[in-house]
Amino acid sequence: MSQALPHLSRSRYLAAGIVLLALLLLAIALLSLAVGARAIPLGEVIDTLLNPEATGTNATIMRDLRLPRTLLGLVVGAALGLSGAIMQGVTRNPLADPGLLGIHAGAALFVVLGIALLGLASLTAYVWLGFLGAAMATIIVYAVASLGREGATPVKLALAGAAVTAAFSSVTSGILLTNAVTLDAFRFWQVGSLAGRGNDILFGVTPFLALGIVLALITGRLLDAMALGDDIARGHGQRVMLSRALAAVAWIILSGGATAALGPIAFVGLIVPHAARAITGPSYRWILPYSALLAPILLLGADIVGRVVAPPGELQVGIVTAAIGAPLFVLLVRRRRLAEL
Amino acid sequence: MTAMPDPHEFIDIGAEVAGIRETLARRRWLVVSGLALVLLALFATAMILGDYPVTLPRIVASLLSPLTGEAQRGIDFIVLGVRLPRALVAVMAGAAFGISGTLFQTVLRNPLASPDIIGITAGASTAAVAAIVLLQWGGGMLALAALVGGLGTAGAIYALAWHRGVSPYRVVLVGIGIAAVMTAIMSYMFTRARLIEVQQALTWLTGSLNGMQMKDATQLAIGAGIVGLLLIPLSRAAGTLELGDDMARALGSRVERARFLLLGLAVCLCAIATAATGPIAFVALMAGPIARLLLGPATGSLVPAALTGALVTLGADIVAQHFIAGVQLPVGVITGGIGACFLILMLIAANRSGRTS
Repeated sequence: MSQALPHLSRSRYLAAGIVLLALLLLAIALLSLAVGARAIPLGEVIDTLLNPEATGTNATIMRDLRLPRTLLGLVVGAALGLSGAIMQGVTRNPLADPGLLGIHAGAALFVVLGIALLGLASLTAYVWLGFLGAAMATIIVYAVASLGREGATPVKLALAGAAVTAAFSSVTSGILLTNAVTLDAFRFWQVGSLAGRGNDILFGVTPFLALGIVLALITGRLLDAMALGDDIARGHGQRVMLSRALAAVAWIILSGGATAALGPIAFVGLIVPHAARAITGPSYRWILPYSALLAPILLLGADIVGRVVAPPGELQVGIVTAAIGAPLFVLLVRRRRLAEL
Repeated sequence: MTAMPDPHEFIDIGAEVAGIRETLARRRWLVVSGLALVLLALFATAMILGDYPVTLPRIVASLLSPLTGEAQRGIDFIVLGVRLPRALVAVMAGAAFGISGTLFQTVLRNPLASPDIIGITAGASTAAVAAIVLLQWGGGMLALAALVGGLGTAGAIYALAWHRGVSPYRVVLVGIGIAAVMTAIMSYMFTRARLIEVQQALTWLTGSLNGMQMKDATQLAIGAGIVGLLLIPLSRAAGTLELGDDMARALGSRVERARFLLLGLAVCLCAIATAATGPIAFVALMAGPIARLLLGPATGSLVPAALTGALVTLGADIVAQHFIAGVQLPVGVITGGIGACFLILMLIAANRSGRTS
């Protein structure tokens, strides 16, 4: 047995890791401004960033298309990573993700209803419908799981999430099977993409997501206490139900907003917290910031690959994240002795 | 065992355990026979209802006609050719999904670990969607593609999760990784294919019993029957594994071998049923939890889960056929709804009586 490292020096390693990841994220963000159907040299990217008055085709492409896309990728990526980590922490289930706790199903149902009944066809309209659906699904899941004297225990949350997903997806597929026009619009929404999202969506969702990110980072200490089990947490003076409700508010905002902005992206929120856990060990005080940095790295990296891999078209980011991220994840799972939840 | 039990308690324990055992056995028997009765009633309903209602005596006569030789023209075709195979496939596929999901949940010790979620269904579905969209296959070839896809994916997950033994946690994580890749490939094919093929693929993905024939029922019965027989001697091991690897080992169970065999059989059941009907949504995920809520603390949830799966599938198919007049919805549209309501009711009922699930 190796002697356990003194607490301080382990913290120092992990803090250094955060700085390293932040630098990596910055580099990837710059790359995301430079790469695309029309490549812009990195020097020009930095010049344009520093000089808001710059004109020319490249500056216009960067400001109107790539900057909102990159910023959205950053914010939504962080939101996805954090919401996944919180859900896994609260439900103490490694499979918990927005797709399993009803959020994707709720967003999908509302978007499909919007297309089928109201004839909506713009991404901006889908955003608000998606958010509404996601929030409603989470509230139902939480309410069902909270019935009874024990409150929303992990198992009940997982089962209620599965049940609500089942019910909502039933209605969704019922509509899609009988309505070809809706299916045609929906199949492009359901892959999850950063393409075509402009400033309006960025400015619409960022305030929510920023609030959610702050809330999420606060919950780290609460999640650590809850990881010991309800009874021990209570014994340590934790108000378990209150902590859980706070975490739930953060996850509605984060995954609801993320799903609304890009469509359902299942993989990032599910995998990134596991990757973070493999690096940091089981403490949520570290898992949360690591997830918040790793997830946008994965999302933006995948988006960049998706832009160049299939010219002249693009691959949607939801597809590339899974195609790149899953093999990496499987490798990680095989090589590391994972800290279990 | 570190602490010595109080000798006074020690004396009472034998009688108490026997008492509890008897109560639990009685409860299990009640649950199983109750579910079986409801299933029988639903089966009769499925045979009676339709555009051309047939009375119960005529159905019985028709079912016995191969023995008695008294043919009733027209009715025999409706009963034996259309309704019987459909109901039989519903019952068998539902039971197979129910057992398969419960085995996954038990062996991997996770209420969310069903073949729907850890990649088996996604593998079968991706193969089937590729067969529909790229090769324009249908019928038997499509079923074969789904079977091969499901078994191949399961093999890949097990091989990738193998690292000096297989821990349930690693199987689950590798499974969701593979599921994500499969789903991404499927979504990609959906955005590239022609709309008509997407619709076809979506219908298959929802799970449908439309147009089932006696041939389908026979194939499913043979496949699922063989796997079911193999399962019987192993069902005790499933309960032992639920206690955790260390405890199971201490009780003399060969953990690695039992887990491999049980998961292998669960995968086969799921793949065979999926090949026959398409992945009927959520039956595998919900049959186990519902059965366990009904059973309470009693053990041995495989048979009740099989009955629950069959019940949900058959009931959903009756609703799917007759809910909207003139529209035959795929059964998978309804299973999610029925299963969800059932599960939520059970969760609420469990809370009332003060138990936790």
